[in-house]
Amino acid sequence: MAGVTLRSVRKAFGSVETIHGVDLDVRDGEFVVFVGPSGCGKSTLLRMIAGLEDVTAGEVAIGGRVVNDVEPADRGTAMVFQSYALYPHMTVAQNLSFGLRMNGNPREDTERRVAQAARILQIEPLLGRRPRALSGGQRQRVAIGRAIVREPEVFLFDEPLSNLDAELRVQMRVEIARLHGELGTTMIYVTHDQTEAMTLADRIVVLRAGRVEQIGRPLDLYDHPVNQFVAGFIGSPRMNFLAAESLGGGRLRLTGQGGAEIALPAAQGLAPGQRATLGIRPEHVLGAGQGECDLPLVVDVAEHLGATSYLYGNTKAGEPLVVQAGAARGAHAGDRLTISIPAARAYLFDPDGRRMT
Amino acid sequence: MTSRSSRRLWRQVALHAALGPLALLWLLPLWMMLVFSTMPENGIFSPDIELLPRGEFWANFQALQAETGFLRTLFVSVVVALVTTGLSILLTSMAGWALVRYRFRGRWLVTALIFGTLTLPYFVVVIPQFILVARDMGLQNTWFALIVPPLFNSLGVLFMRQAFSMMPGELFDAAQVEGVTEWRIFTRVALPMARPTLAALAIILFLASWNNYLWPLLIASDPAMMTAPVALGTLIGFTRVSWASIMTGAVLLTLPMVVVFVFFQRFFMSGITAGAVK
Repeated sequence: MAGVTLRSVRKAFGSVETIHGVDLDVRDGEFVVFVGPSGCGKSTLLRMIAGLEDVTAGEVAIGGRVVNDVEPADRGTAMVFQSYALYPHMTVAQNLSFGLRMNGNPREDTERRVAQAARILQIEPLLGRRPRALSGGQRQRVAIGRAIVREPEVFLFDEPLSNLDAELRVQMRVEIARLHGELGTTMIYVTHDQTEAMTLADRIVVLRAGRVEQIGRPLDLYDHPVNQFVAGFIGSPRMNFLAAESLGGGRLRLTGQGGAEIALPAAQGLAPGQRATLGIRPEHVLGAGQGECDLPLVVDVAEHLGATSYLYGNTKAGEPLVVQAGAARGAHAGDRLTISIPAARAYLFDPDGRRMT
Repeated sequence: MTSRSSRRLWRQVALHAALGPLALLWLLPLWMMLVFSTMPENGIFSPDIELLPRGEFWANFQALQAETGFLRTLFVSVVVALVTTGLSILLTSMAGWALVRYRFRGRWLVTALIFGTLTLPYFVVVIPQFILVARDMGLQNTWFALIVPPLFNSLGVLFMRQAFSMMPGELFDAAQVEGVTEWRIFTRVALPMARPTLAALAIILFLASWNNYLWPLLIASDPAMMTAPVALGTLIGFTRVSWASIMTGAVLLTLPMVVVFVFFQRFFMSGITAGAVK
């Protein structure tokens, strides 16, 4: 097993730089998830670790060994791709053993590894089938099995569940978590789905436009986002943001809310008239009078999921707001409610998006 | 019978009534070729038009063999067509693979140059090619001269490049991460997946070589290295044309094409239309 270290890693395609100096230490046996919107460079970073993309500048080290110029096959990594990348003209067993056979691995050892991977993933009955005769979930298991037979030091997953339907995705997510527990191998996992990131990761790396925005444990990122981007990206539905202006002395006027005011300790550092953004998660919004700042809300859409309900509405000035409704569970589209923001749960961001504490 | 299904029936009848005679018109020359190959030399010019085969095929074949050594020319044609097809497939697929898989400086220019040659008429190329091979290299009447110059086929490169570019790149990345060498990724992953395109290309290349007349005519005048179409051409003289022998040879030349097409037409169609729809 091995850890992975990135030191000032940069990647440029021609004159366009897409990764702008990433530093990261993935510990031995850790499950790290790269998360971020499309085009943020998370897959590129993973492919650089795998050796499928050259490193323009900086160092990639696996198990303490710098691997910038090491062939992908000699890095001790195995990769699972979004499209499964199964060879369509080979059976499942041939898919699993292909790499080992091509590298002259002894036949008995290859058979042992294939049997072991098939047992771990419960795909033994499928060994004689071709990929086209498998469901999406089965194909993904085979793709994971192909990584397992290599007995790698580091597993790399590139959005492995995004082609599966919602139910199967949840099921495979649990299986990947179980696999990590069973093998104890270092795993780096790329996704744009923050739920996958929250449920699987020991630590999450949030990326935006080729830069690391924040690295931390899932609940740390949820509770203590360093900026407005991370606050908006982690958590579902995303955090509400309301425009605010300092009145001095830690008091804020919500400029889009017809003069509603709230006092926040974090606002002490703001000069009067300085603009800021107040953030409040949908699940932290309370019923009328229960918080420090009441706001009227017109419900546009009400989603009743059974265990909880989400109300999508607009405040007086037309600012969109999502509320996880506990008290207002029975609300419907068109209803007029009063909601309340608890100061203790509110976040404050300066005009550059940095969190103020 | 409902009015809708009766309308459909009438439409079918009308369609067949129109297309049937057209099909017969297309088949007529082929049928007459077969009929003429079974008639004696003077029978072709008899005032009564005969539409059914007679029994002179074997005699005509013997005359053809005596006049041209046809079996030897057939052997040359088969060897040239098979070797050209095999080597050309290997070369064009390797070129197509390189254009898809490698990001090298000048890739766009190389691709444009290869495909640019598609716009050149063959007759523009054939004279310089003849001067190079026959005069400068002195390779007239050799297997090399018959086989090597037609090997480099830009249409084949276009075909194979298209086939490889339709394959998800992650398949090859996966093999690369597994430590599979580039040659084995090409031969064990890419080529087997390109089988329909390879089959279509094989048919096209085989037929092109089999039917090739101009290049073998220029480069191989020695009877020992003559291809079958060229041998048939020699039967058209200034004073006499051996029609029965020509028709017999034409039947023998057509048969392999029919066989190839009947057996491989499934691949042919799927290869030609590969990538046309998602």
